[in-house]
Amino acid sequence: MSFVSSGFILFLSVLFILYYAVPKKAQWLLLLIFSCVFYAFAGIQFLSYVVLAAFTAWFTTGRMHKVQLEQSEYLKIHKSEMSRDDKKVYKTRMKKRQRLWLIIALIATIGMLAVVKYTDFMIANINTVLSAFKSQTSISFLNIALPLGMSFYTFQTVGYIIDVYRGKHPPEKNYLKTLLFVSFFPQMIQGPISRFSDLAPDLFGKHQFAADQFAMGVQRILWGFFKKMVIADRVLAAVNTIFQEPSAYRGTYVLVGMVFYALQLYADFTGGIDITIGIAQSLGIGLKENFERPFFAKNTAEYWRRWHITMGTWFRDYIFYPLSVSQPMLKLSTGARRRLGTALGKRVPVYLATIIVWFTTGLWHGASWNFVVWGLLNGLVIIISQEFTPFYDWFHKKFAVSERLWFRMFQVFRTFFLMSSIRLLDCYRDVGLTFKQYVSMFTEFGLQVFIDGSLLKLGLNTADYLILLIGTFMLISVSMIQRSGSVRENIARKPLLLRYAMFALLFVVIIIFGAYGIGYDANQFIYNQF
Amino acid sequence: MEQMIEILNNLHPEIDFMTCKTLIDDKILDSFDIVSIVTEINNEFDVAVPAEEIVPENFNSAQALQAMVDRLLDD
Repeated sequence: MSFVSSGFILFLSVLFILYYAVPKKAQWLLLLIFSCVFYAFAGIQFLSYVVLAAFTAWFTTGRMHKVQLEQSEYLKIHKSEMSRDDKKVYKTRMKKRQRLWLIIALIATIGMLAVVKYTDFMIANINTVLSAFKSQTSISFLNIALPLGMSFYTFQTVGYIIDVYRGKHPPEKNYLKTLLFVSFFPQMIQGPISRFSDLAPDLFGKHQFAADQFAMGVQRILWGFFKKMVIADRVLAAVNTIFQEPSAYRGTYVLVGMVFYALQLYADFTGGIDITIGIAQSLGIGLKENFERPFFAKNTAEYWRRWHITMGTWFRDYIFYPLSVSQPMLKLSTGARRRLGTALGKRVPVYLATIIVWFTTGLWHGASWNFVVWGLLNGLVIIISQEFTPFYDWFHKKFAVSERLWFRMFQVFRTFFLMSSIRLLDCYRDVGLTFKQYVSMFTEFGLQVFIDGSLLKLGLNTADYLILLIGTFMLISVSMIQRSGSVRENIARKPLLLRYAMFALLFVVIIIFGAYGIGYDANQFIYNQF
Repeated sequence: MEQMIEILNNLHPEIDFMTCKTLIDDKILDSFDIVSIVTEINNEFDVAVPAEEIVPENFNSAQALQAMVDRLLDD
């Protein structure tokens, strides 16, 4: 069931009515039922994966917690008679017991994702190697369908398990509540990836209907629909035309496609997140923001702190930090300092961890080499800009331009161009082809495409371009206003009549200017495929 | 404490680490800085900082960092 379908609107309306009608202590149970129904629409067989992931998390965290309780009880009783070394030995032994459950949990949850998502990728690579050795044998693909939102709920579940292991919070004792945390339907399509400690109080809490909050939620949902249906789905036609026929659309078209895809992806992904956060807000549940005006970022690292924030912080907290401060990495750091000197040596483990994180990020986005190269290029750009820091410092000392508007615009444009260039790997899905097309952008560049009517042959007419232009202007304007405060809070301060007139106008705009495809389904959100 | 200030000064000489209490909140330290600090703590104080200790409360100021190191040494 897609967010942008009449069935979903009906589903949501029934939920809203029942949610505030049932006894408050049953609200979370209603959310669980609706989440299971939502998931069952994507394929009843996929529900078993979620149920199993939640069971693994519930069972193993329960075991870990039992060890934690046993430890604190033991230390409370025997504290006075134990030496510091005794305590250390005891704690290490208990940590090992917990770690065993952690390993079992991670193998089970990540293992499921790995088997479902990456088996065919592995087989394809093995077959390539076999054919390189002129072998007649080849392994057949398993063709396992990827369950809805599996990459997202797996990460959310893994984060929860690790947090319990780290003692950040106790585990949820009720299995059904754990299942709701894993399967909460608004997040299923494309995140955000929530932390249990942030989400649980609202998710399992009791919520009284509050008109203002509900209206703010609906407002956000409408804004999300606007982005998705008026902008993303409209520009989609041109994006498809350009990238599905690479031999016909080279040179300047690659640049046009690159900019259009940036617009589509931004409107699609942030629109989906707006709908998600809006639904949750209407239910009285707060979700973390996933974007902070990423296209205003002045460098790559900043861009990644502003784009898909919950994924970035997930990788940072559960892979980058544990890897960077692990004993092997610290040993590597010591060795590297001895051989390469302190300045360079201390950067070796950080950079190695960065490469590993970006390799994993690429692989998370998709089981193919274009995503791996995409990830590695992002990592490489971040490392190069880190290495250039002394140069930047020197430059800004020498030339005081960092506060000049033109220089900030240059930085924003540079970051946008760089990120959009790397994103072409996502468009062509073929590493060699992407580089060929990218080179053509410079070698076959010509301005005639903009004046000879070629742009009108991409599946968009003049009216479409006009709507896109106005839509993009609105997106940029809202982003500019957001820099000095919340747009929705500003609107909330306006007179009631004006507020509802704005709602109605936005609704009418979506109805009239929305690009309605045939048979919308949830898969049409770009990030859902990851 | 002096050792801690020195570690931080080597990363960002422009910051007054004796008074600044918002190193993470104000995005003064990035993830590269944090890993460098953990590595330096490991070398200078001979104490391993586990990943779960990398939270804003422990890294927002030199004092918080020192308190974390003292606690880890005490454990």
